[in-house]
Amino acid sequence: MNYYELLPNSSKKSLYRLMVLSRKFELKVDELYMKGMVHGTTHLGIGQEANHAGASPALSELDWIFTSHRGHGHFLAKGGSAYSLMAELFGLESGINKGLGGSMHLTDTANRNMGASGIVAGDIPIAVGAALALKRQKQGAIATVFFGDGACNQGMALEAFNLASIWEAPVLFFCENNQYAISSAYNDFAGGQDFPLRAKSFGIPSKKIDGNDISEVYSSVMAASEYIRENNSPYFIESLTYRQVGHSKSDQRKYRSRQEEAMWAEKCPIARNRAYLTSCLAASADELDAIDSEIDAEIDRALQSCISEMQAGGFLNMHDAMKLAGSEKPAQKAPLAKSKL
Amino acid sequence: MNISYSQAIRDGLREALMEDESVVLIGEDIGLYGGSFGVTRGLIEEFSSDRIIDAPISETAFTGAAVGMAIMGMRPIVEIMFGDFTTLALDPIINHAAKYPFMSGGQVSVPLVVRTPFGSGTGAAAQHSQTLESLFLNTPGLKIVSPATPCDAKGLLRSAIADDEPVMFFENKLLYRQMGEVPQSPYSIPIGIAQTMREGSDITLISWSRMALVCMQAAELLSGAGISAEVIDLRSLRPLDTQAICDSVKKTSRAIIAYEAPEFGAFGGEISAAIMESEAFYYLDQPVRRMGGAEMPVPYSPSLEKQVAPTAEQIYLAASQMVRN
Repeated sequence: MNYYELLPNSSKKSLYRLMVLSRKFELKVDELYMKGMVHGTTHLGIGQEANHAGASPALSELDWIFTSHRGHGHFLAKGGSAYSLMAELFGLESGINKGLGGSMHLTDTANRNMGASGIVAGDIPIAVGAALALKRQKQGAIATVFFGDGACNQGMALEAFNLASIWEAPVLFFCENNQYAISSAYNDFAGGQDFPLRAKSFGIPSKKIDGNDISEVYSSVMAASEYIRENNSPYFIESLTYRQVGHSKSDQRKYRSRQEEAMWAEKCPIARNRAYLTSCLAASADELDAIDSEIDAEIDRALQSCISEMQAGGFLNMHDAMKLAGSEKPAQKAPLAKSKL
Repeated sequence: MNISYSQAIRDGLREALMEDESVVLIGEDIGLYGGSFGVTRGLIEEFSSDRIIDAPISETAFTGAAVGMAIMGMRPIVEIMFGDFTTLALDPIINHAAKYPFMSGGQVSVPLVVRTPFGSGTGAAAQHSQTLESLFLNTPGLKIVSPATPCDAKGLLRSAIADDEPVMFFENKLLYRQMGEVPQSPYSIPIGIAQTMREGSDITLISWSRMALVCMQAAELLSGAGISAEVIDLRSLRPLDTQAICDSVKKTSRAIIAYEAPEFGAFGGEISAAIMESEAFYYLDQPVRRMGGAEMPVPYSPSLEKQVAPTAEQIYLAASQMVRN
């Protein structure tokens, strides 16, 4: 059954909106980094939007997600606001994590997004444990963890698949195979080149999908989450997609050809969905243009707020940061200028 | 009542399991087998495999899963069979459990306890005998306790389980059979407070875990030679009770820090620095002396293994020299 086809047009437009929000937000972030307006590093998911924008809306409100270092879009798709995300990237106190996490650590518990681990595969076992805790709560909630092809080569990912299988954890493993772990190509670094088979070898049912087709992502996650809820056991999706930009801002993309990039650009999930929506008359080009403009305005508002807060020095102070770091009492040190007794 | 260190831990676990449904135990062979050192013996019969969860040999994943349970509001207690195997669980402990509360701007708490035994003396050689507490000391966001007596083991365990921050609970293999008095009714001992095990005026012997008992033996020997030693059992390494250390050193003006881990780069240096940076510095009569383990992997040969950690006689000799200087 294609669950996406069953959606009302308004929901299809909402999903489109999430992809465009993610794309436009990240293009803005890229621009701000290039201008040196925000520090640190970022990992953009441009080209992969159908995954987070298709997956989270297919989950229930009680479900939790765990994401990777490439998690801006997942944050937005689970209900986080562009403003609180932008503020976090600026390191502001009004950021979702008070400026203490930054791009790689976006926790938003109100929207049941436990957030990102900057350690590749680091939160896969954690998601398994969270799923087991959810199972004990008996509210039918599941956990979904997003990770990349690189994470599938981490020992802890394989250990976690085994745990999920033997402990029957209601968890969805969502592998966004964007073909590259920084510069390491999936074709050269993944033995056997068959992630669904890896999952199957642990007794976990799995499916390979087109990750640049939001219809297929949404529908597959709906089906997978139904399976997980009914059976109280894990499921694995490998979603084939492509990171259209570099790993991070310093990436010169020497490891792949411009032709390959051009070929994948033609499969852009947003352009595809736009063509689909207009051809089946789910939305007119004017309506979609209006959505695009709304998002431009939303991102601009977020940016303007962040810039004024920056100028006003809206950062967490060291004292409050220390309080969040734990409850240690500092050692009593002798005054520096005191002479011998 | 007089019970063993392992019985005290088992009692602490049992009380917590009875009081709070969200407490679960996770570890290798902790069910019917009862744990490699028998600490969890009998618990699976009482609480079922739903609460006492046998894990495959996947320390990274099951410790990670425990972190996942903790951030969802459960109170998991992980047993890592040998302290040496904590190296396999460093990522979930150091990069995740210790960081979640901070990185999330306070949105998430991690009420996790990781129990594991350290120490030599069992003939288990270099990969089953280490004392690796230093690996965890430099990580804000972790609490670290290391009790020496049955009473402290149970009381600190109850505090560790009740704590909303992750707590590393370091046991010692040779202590498991040590007997001691423990209160009859439930109690807890706050984390972060040292205990003066013996009062004295000539020198302070600072230690924790099994070495605190070795220091007590050394103090007894010193007493026979007319030297009055004060023995401080830190009980908690992080947060550290620097006040207790410095107050004692101000009184005695001499300090030996005795510990089982190899001397270089270990916790003894931190305690020495705490003394040097405090008012106690001005009261010192002698340089502070660290007495750590030998700079070698723990050897198998029994004659060598006996010499790898400081002995009561060695501490006695060093202390006598310092006092008589």
